[in-house]
Amino acid sequence: MKWHRINALLIRHLYLFKRSVPRLMDIFFWPVMELLLWGFISVYISKLNIAGFNAVTVLLGAVIFWDLMSQSQRAVSIAFLEDVWERNFLNIFVTPLRLSEFLASTVILAFVRILMVGAVMSILAALFYQFNFLMFGLYLVPFMLNLLIFGSAIGLFTTALILRYGTSAQVLAFGLLFLVQPFSAVFYPVSALPSAVQWISYLIPSTYVFEGMRAVIATGMLPTSLLLGAIIANIIYFVGLSWYFYRSFAVVKNKGKLLKLD
Amino acid sequence: MAILEIQNLVKEFGPVKAVNGLSFDVQEGTITGLLGPNGAGKTTTIQMILDLITPTSGVIKIFGLPMQKHREETLGKINFSSPYVALPGNLRVWENLYTFARLYGVKDIAKKIDDLADFFNIRSLLSRMTSSLSTGQLTRLNLTKALLNDPRLLLLDEPTASLDPDIADKTRHMLKRIQKERGVSILYTSHNMQEVEEICDEVIFIDQGKLKDRGVPAELVKKYGHKDLNDIFLEIARANEQEEL
Repeated sequence: MKWHRINALLIRHLYLFKRSVPRLMDIFFWPVMELLLWGFISVYISKLNIAGFNAVTVLLGAVIFWDLMSQSQRAVSIAFLEDVWERNFLNIFVTPLRLSEFLASTVILAFVRILMVGAVMSILAALFYQFNFLMFGLYLVPFMLNLLIFGSAIGLFTTALILRYGTSAQVLAFGLLFLVQPFSAVFYPVSALPSAVQWISYLIPSTYVFEGMRAVIATGMLPTSLLLGAIIANIIYFVGLSWYFYRSFAVVKNKGKLLKLD
Repeated sequence: MAILEIQNLVKEFGPVKAVNGLSFDVQEGTITGLLGPNGAGKTTTIQMILDLITPTSGVIKIFGLPMQKHREETLGKINFSSPYVALPGNLRVWENLYTFARLYGVKDIAKKIDDLADFFNIRSLLSRMTSSLSTGQLTRLNLTKALLNDPRLLLLDEPTASLDPDIADKTRHMLKRIQKERGVSILYTSHNMQEVEEICDEVIFIDQGKLKDRGVPAELVKKYGHKDLNDIFLEIARANEQEEL
């Protein structure tokens, strides 16, 4: 992999972001609105004084984590869609750029996005709701990295589907993650799900992350088994979905449809 | 010396053979016209040369190297331009050129863009949004992008299509200059036979994915006993119609 080519694609996105209000809104405005909405709900639930349940900590933690994963997925999918919308694939892929470099740039972009969104949401959560992520030390960081990887893997899958089935599949770039949300135990523990579907939850890496986040908040300790579960599930997903993406790219090249993604 | 060699190239899309055992070469420092009616297989061939479509079989050698095994090396020394493929309209001209220069690993990017901006007379456009450029300006920008990496082989897909006669004439002169001053070999597709006669050292006629004929334009005109390449084009294109009837 050559860094100058990855860097070129990152710079291109920087150019796009610095003058695009909708793109900046996608990073800052919507996450902040979501934080405020859930923040008020959390404050209201707290006033109900439900024993043993710290609504602000659990719900705001979940909202921030969910948004980080969502940002990661969208960063990968939309970076790809930018080139579809601008019909720029030919220009990009007649350069020596490798597919792995293209993917690396989207994952780095996802990482930068979750850093920015994470920082903004954490600061606002601390200011408005006295919810301080740092009080859990660095225990939440490995879980956040797992969200980045899972979000990117789902982004790759979405991208592969758009490659194969055309831009009519682009709605998945904005909605696919919501298919896994009910099973990921984002706002409630897995035990709250009907026992018949709990096994589905444990097939999804994000379930271990959200369960892990709640365990860190409740005990102040690092739940190593949940972290290990997230890592193993993520490796399986990332390798599997990357293979599917490469395979889809090869199929599209073979069918001569790379430049016909309309 | 052949800078591009195509050997027995085949591309099948299901039951359709878009390219059917095509073989030809492009000599270093020449402008070669790749001609044929719509659906002849020109675009598919060019996209296979650029590794955008995977051939069913056959060999593509660029600078003597098999393209698919040496993709990175060969793509670094060739480039492509087409009026049908615009650079992203949501970037400024300078931003587009800078991005592509980095993708090609150009060393002194500012100087390279400066030199080419003078060559193509686009200096005043550098700070403009790409979406605001006229067709003629976009053609010059595409050619600027295509020379960023000092290519040894340039693939041009109908570079003067949709240009007015004045801009088209200027573009042809630019291409001649590029070939002479930079020694670039050019593979050129066009439906404008007058233009092809004016600019190409050699032409290759293909139809239904097969090589029909090749040679120096003046010699082909003599060989077929026609008054120009346009009539040869019509003869080749209509021969198949008669076969089908």
